[in-house]
Amino acid sequence: MKLLTGNDLKTGFVTWWTGADWSLHIEDAADVGEHGEAILAAEEGARRVNAPYIIAGEATPEGPRPAHIKDRIRALGPTVRPDLTLKPADPNAGDWVI
Amino acid sequence: MYKYDQYDQQMVDARVAEFSDQVKRRLAGEITEDQFKPLRLMNGLYLQLHAYMLRVAVPYGTLDSRQMRMLAHIARKYDRDYGHFTTRQNIQYNWIKLEDAPAILADLASVEMHAIQTSGNCIRNISSDQWAGAAADEITDPRPWAELLRQWSSFHPEFSYLPRKFKIAVIAAEEDRAAMRLHDIGIQIVEKDGVHGAAFYVGGGMGRTPMIAPLIKDFVPLEDMLSYAEACLRVYNRYGRRDNIYKARIKILIHELGADEYRRQVEEEFAHVKSLGIDPPKAEFDRIAAQFAPPALDASAPDEIDRSDPDFAVWVDQNVAAHKVPGHAIVNISLKPVGGIPGDASSAQIDLMADLAEAYSHDELRVTHAQNIVLPHVRKADLYAIWQKLDAAGLATPNLDLISDIIACPGLDYCSLANARSIPVAQKIAARFSDLGRQKELGELKLKISGCINACGHHHAGHIGILGVDRKGTENYQLLLGGSGAEDVSLGTITGPGFDEDGIVDAIERVTDKYLAERSEGERFVDTFRRVGMAPFKEAIYG
Repeated sequence: MKLLTGNDLKTGFVTWWTGADWSLHIEDAADVGEHGEAILAAEEGARRVNAPYIIAGEATPEGPRPAHIKDRIRALGPTVRPDLTLKPADPNAGDWVI
Repeated sequence: MYKYDQYDQQMVDARVAEFSDQVKRRLAGEITEDQFKPLRLMNGLYLQLHAYMLRVAVPYGTLDSRQMRMLAHIARKYDRDYGHFTTRQNIQYNWIKLEDAPAILADLASVEMHAIQTSGNCIRNISSDQWAGAAADEITDPRPWAELLRQWSSFHPEFSYLPRKFKIAVIAAEEDRAAMRLHDIGIQIVEKDGVHGAAFYVGGGMGRTPMIAPLIKDFVPLEDMLSYAEACLRVYNRYGRRDNIYKARIKILIHELGADEYRRQVEEEFAHVKSLGIDPPKAEFDRIAAQFAPPALDASAPDEIDRSDPDFAVWVDQNVAAHKVPGHAIVNISLKPVGGIPGDASSAQIDLMADLAEAYSHDELRVTHAQNIVLPHVRKADLYAIWQKLDAAGLATPNLDLISDIIACPGLDYCSLANARSIPVAQKIAARFSDLGRQKELGELKLKISGCINACGHHHAGHIGILGVDRKGTENYQLLLGGSGAEDVSLGTITGPGFDEDGIVDAIERVTDKYLAERSEGERFVDTFRRVGMAPFKEAIYG
């Protein structure tokens, strides 16, 4: 699957294209398929998200999982500060990254 | 320490106003990211993995308690309650919102601080010896010269768009505590026939092509220092490559020209520049230098330290250094607790260090390139009280210059350029060697980790260096041995094939075991490595 991601203009937070809008949670991310470039161009024009780009991912029972570790870290947060990730209550959340 | 005059303050305030307007226009969608990016970078605002990152300049690593408290305030109010002290003697915040950036810069300006020239192809923050003004081995305080260079390089119109970024360090002691020869220009204040001058080393650096700066001029009269630096920069600005970012640093130019030809061109340019009157009149330099006057220390203060508390005594032996004035000492606060993140400090810890500086260190602190904090002017009689407060705040780890005093870049946990995580590796190594007796048995051992080839973690200069790379989407770690950023400067050599995260920790243990088996009396790790060479270590690592 293909995912579209970027950083929110105001906050800089990592954000994922859901098919209709942007979400901080990768679980909401949609497979953009062959339409990624067109969505990217339109969203860049809208100027809400910085530096959007398309990545490869895989569909898993837990939701989309980026192919590269860098994007998995972006999706969760720093592996060395579980308290600052999007899943601070889940002590095993880092396993998803590695 | 230096206090802004009206010109300094006006320049910084004007930049805050200018950037505030630029942010407003960006948020309103009036300018694109392509247009805005160079503007935010000029103000130290990067976009990293999780958010914007703000890098705040700490000139030559010197702070007062008011400034340190402001750093804590920013961490608390605008970030996630911590800051990260860097190998450039600066501080970075990892969770900044663009809409908050103008307010943060205004807060910084209110205490004579800013984030200008902490990014971009300009002359970056001037770095220096963290023990400046206190070290027993210095011939003078190098910071007035560093401050002069700061003023000269700030908004320098000719050097705002260099081929690549440019880093300058200034020291004034034989012991190099600032990795001086791994800078684009390293200046060492030296003495000849009773007169002080500047030795210029030019063309050092780390990154993907590490080089040790050659000596370009052994003695520049200090009254000519700015003109000589201007000449060095002009030759670089004229001939440095702009077509290839990987070959754009001055080290590449000097390597390709040769040091002799570069020196000839600099001398020719210097003859011209000297006629331009760039160097300040003596009265102006004296005005700057007066602000670095040594604090009034009582040389008759008690020189004895009550070492009856054994934990305190261990800390004194490892983290306290000799001061030039009897009865006083330099306190080195380790930001490397076992299990911690090298260089990170919470807002409460930053506030505490500010309080200690105000109460016990003549209101001064220093940030070190090894990502620690220094209280430079402490009475020995106050050491125990300081240690107790540090210990209660988790800041009394007695590991200065030991294997767990690791330099580590933010790595792939935070940095968009990184290929591999640095911090978890540092944590695993610190845990493996957590026994303090074992660390002390190994002695001085500088371990430095970078998460990519840009070498922010100074891996080339580590007695043991680790470079994280991306091997087909998987983190992999190369091991280097034999580097040094000190006066015995050298570049590490890669041992061979890399390792995974656990494998690199095992490899380091094999290396240290081999060192203990091979070392002669009094040898540090790097001394043994230099004597016996790579072969026995390679055999120990790979079999």
